[in-house]
Amino acid sequence: MALAQQSSPHARRARSTSNVMLWVMLAALPGLLAQVLFFGWGNLINVVWCIVLAIGAEAAMLSLRKRPVMFFLRDNTAAVTGLLLGLSLPPLAPFWVSAVAVLAAIILAKQLYGGLGSNPFNPAMVGYALVLISFPVAMTTNWAEPGLLWDSTPGFLETLQIIASGQQTAVDAFTMATPLDYYKHNISSQTATEVLQHPAFGDGIARGWEWVNAGFLAGGLVLLWLRIITWHIPVSVLAGLAMMSLAFGSNADLYTPVSIHLLAGGTMLGAFFIATDPVSAATSHQGKLIYGAGIGVLVYLIRTWGAYPDAVAFGVLLMNFAVPFIDYYTPPRTYGHHKARRGLPGKNQG
Amino acid sequence: MTQLWDFSGGIHPDENKHLSTTRPIDTSSLPDRLILPLQQHIGVPAEACVAVGDRVLKGQVVATVPDTVGVPVHASTSGTIEAISMHPVPHPSGMSDLCITLVPDGLDEWTNRDAIADYHSMNRDTILERIRHFGVAGLGGAGFPTNIKLRPPKDRKVNTLILNGAECEPYITADDMTMRERADEIVSGLRIIAWILRPERCVIAIEDNKPEAIEAVKKATENTQTEVVVIPTKYPSGGEKQLIQILTGMEVPSGGIPADIGVMCQNTGTAIAVSRAIHQGEPLISRVVTITGRAVTNPGTYDVLLGTPIEHLLAQAGLDRRQLDRLILGGPMMGYTLETPDIPVVKTTNCVIAATAEELPAPPPEQPCIRCGMCAEACPMELLPQQLFWHSKAGELEKAEHLNLFDCIECGACSYVCPSSIPLVQYYRAAKGEIRVQQAEHLKADRARERFEARQARLEREQQEKEQRKKDRAKAAAEAQAKKQTEAEKAEAEGQPADDRAAKSTLVEEALARKRAKAEAAATKTTNDAAQPEAAPPDIDALEKQLSQATAKLNTMQSMLEDAQAENADNVEKLERAVAKNHDRVERAEKALAEARN
Repeated sequence: MALAQQSSPHARRARSTSNVMLWVMLAALPGLLAQVLFFGWGNLINVVWCIVLAIGAEAAMLSLRKRPVMFFLRDNTAAVTGLLLGLSLPPLAPFWVSAVAVLAAIILAKQLYGGLGSNPFNPAMVGYALVLISFPVAMTTNWAEPGLLWDSTPGFLETLQIIASGQQTAVDAFTMATPLDYYKHNISSQTATEVLQHPAFGDGIARGWEWVNAGFLAGGLVLLWLRIITWHIPVSVLAGLAMMSLAFGSNADLYTPVSIHLLAGGTMLGAFFIATDPVSAATSHQGKLIYGAGIGVLVYLIRTWGAYPDAVAFGVLLMNFAVPFIDYYTPPRTYGHHKARRGLPGKNQG
Repeated sequence: MTQLWDFSGGIHPDENKHLSTTRPIDTSSLPDRLILPLQQHIGVPAEACVAVGDRVLKGQVVATVPDTVGVPVHASTSGTIEAISMHPVPHPSGMSDLCITLVPDGLDEWTNRDAIADYHSMNRDTILERIRHFGVAGLGGAGFPTNIKLRPPKDRKVNTLILNGAECEPYITADDMTMRERADEIVSGLRIIAWILRPERCVIAIEDNKPEAIEAVKKATENTQTEVVVIPTKYPSGGEKQLIQILTGMEVPSGGIPADIGVMCQNTGTAIAVSRAIHQGEPLISRVVTITGRAVTNPGTYDVLLGTPIEHLLAQAGLDRRQLDRLILGGPMMGYTLETPDIPVVKTTNCVIAATAEELPAPPPEQPCIRCGMCAEACPMELLPQQLFWHSKAGELEKAEHLNLFDCIECGACSYVCPSSIPLVQYYRAAKGEIRVQQAEHLKADRARERFEARQARLEREQQEKEQRKKDRAKAAAEAQAKKQTEAEKAEAEGQPADDRAAKSTLVEEALARKRAKAEAAATKTTNDAAQPEAAPPDIDALEKQLSQATAKLNTMQSMLEDAQAENADNVEKLERAVAKNHDRVERAEKALAEARN
């Protein structure tokens, strides 16, 4: 009988990409749970809708590109992209806004660049940024009013109806400006205490949002514990954002305080689940720190002085641009070498 | 407590060592044939110094190496040399090489063994030469001759001597069992090595997953200055560079050797071989090998004569052929698969894994790299495996080299953790191979260019010299021409055409025509001889005329040739041929005339 011929190593750890992606999805559940609890069924409906659409678009593109469809679908990466969009889009955003975002993410940002592993930009954030710029009204007025699931928010069928109706703006009674949005636009005319009277902030830091962020933080810690991600990117994103906030906006009567920056909006989701997308992030530890810090700084700059209330998508995309550059200049020092070999071959040999 | 450092990365694969540590080291039975490869390590192969049919004794030298970079081959038992021929040898390519086949006679009769009673009183070089002569080579890695390793460059003092008992790779237990059962011999060998090197510190490093070995070695080193250091289990802690980092916190410089930082590592088995060479006068003819895997019913460690076919060992361990899927020589991380079990145990053979398909399943198909970075987290050399892969696959070898591809020790940690099941090490090996080929070609091209440039320079020089000669000749020719001109004018005045080529060529034509006619006539004459007995008398007048014509022509041709030679014209050769031809013609004409006159 012929003996199997194989190149070493012969043993391998039984952790596959599809496994990794599955864990990412599971780790996002606490955050999703908090979203449903405080903002109604919208996010869950979005998540399901986005995942179905993402898998469909991925399958269609793979088939058009003549790639083995089932082999690639099994890696679960399309589902993760769908999930991330479903988690970040406004809960009551009309179905076609999510559809445009998902299709742009999978078709434009991922498959047209060569599929898994070849995309320079985070697909989910390309989709998100596209709809944010294209449909600013739908993207800013469809944030659900925070409230416990069983109290005031619309029921499941009602939510489904709102999303499926395709109306640009949902019923006013169900929506409310996000804490980041409200603070930014009202702090110029009010004091911090006055601003914080608004129901969006509740008794804590940002009603509902604080739990959503705590949920994603918890999920992110699970990913860290499983060693699916390293601490470098999340910590540097949060540190970059917090340092900027403390350095430039410590006066709560003029600027959004650091607590709201960290615990409202998409901060934790961005830091642990979006910025850590390995395909479009920097490679080395040092590179990851620079990349993450860049995102944190950009998020602060855009949130504070830009036109948008939140900025995770722009922060991530802008730093995606910088990744090849960062990678060239941040290789680790290899064992037995005095210093790292930075830059391109032929220059600066070390 | 000795201070320990950590190396970056590393993995914790399933150890599977318990399979082969349940029983003590077993002595392998005598096989029908022993196969002794002549090429044992890098360098020139040994040359057989026995002939087919010779009877050899156990420990007798059967092959020697011409220079000192190599160790001889010894007969592992007494018997008869059956063949010196090509046989599959342990090599990843599955290649064959020249081997001596020894048929044991079962007597196991030793050649003379002369032990050294007190090596301390002897010269270190004598001991080193003995180590070489007794075939001692590294039992751990590439089988490098131990005597050379023990003689580091003069400017490199070995301060720390490390005996590597880490044995970090899964499945392998040869060192573990050796340390458990032969700790005294190991320590005695270490003493000899330490006596040669005179280090300040002597360390035996053992991973903490081998408590029995640790205890045995600690006992054997009681009341000595040798430190027994227990290191945390983490693959590849037994890699030379990693072990040095763990024990000293220092890094071996890239492209350098441990002696550059005053460190040397030796294998435990090598220490035993040194001890036996000195204290027992026995050459290295056996070693401990782990035979394991779930396709053998009775896995364990065996004391094996070098040259024993692996097939024989597998049979002893109870190989279930139907279960066998993959046969690995070495460990599951760095070992290579065998195409046939009909290859011999050599000095570096530490483990054979007969694996079932469930035990080490074929890897799933390769998926795209998602740059998750798990490989970089696992890499003990602090490389960026994902970038190396990217560049290797894209053929950007320069970039791969820039990211220190050649510092990769091919430990396999990156491939082990890769969730996309990418055979990373295979890509690196291929890229390294390609770069080596390119470098060789580059070197070849450089040499060719140097040769070409040298040739161009020579040709130019010759051309210049030639031109110089030509100028000189032209000058001489001009003078000669002038002289001749005056002579020709003189001759013309006397009414003789000096150089009328056209006239001459007509003359040649005529002469040829006549000659042809004559030949025909002669032929007719011969055929008609019987019919016409009276032969026509040779025309002496005609012959005389022919001779004078030919002579005249020869003279003109010769003068033409001389002119041509003087001018270095391109028709010299042609003229030379013509002169020779005319010369022949003159001779023939003279002969014919002489005959006719008789």
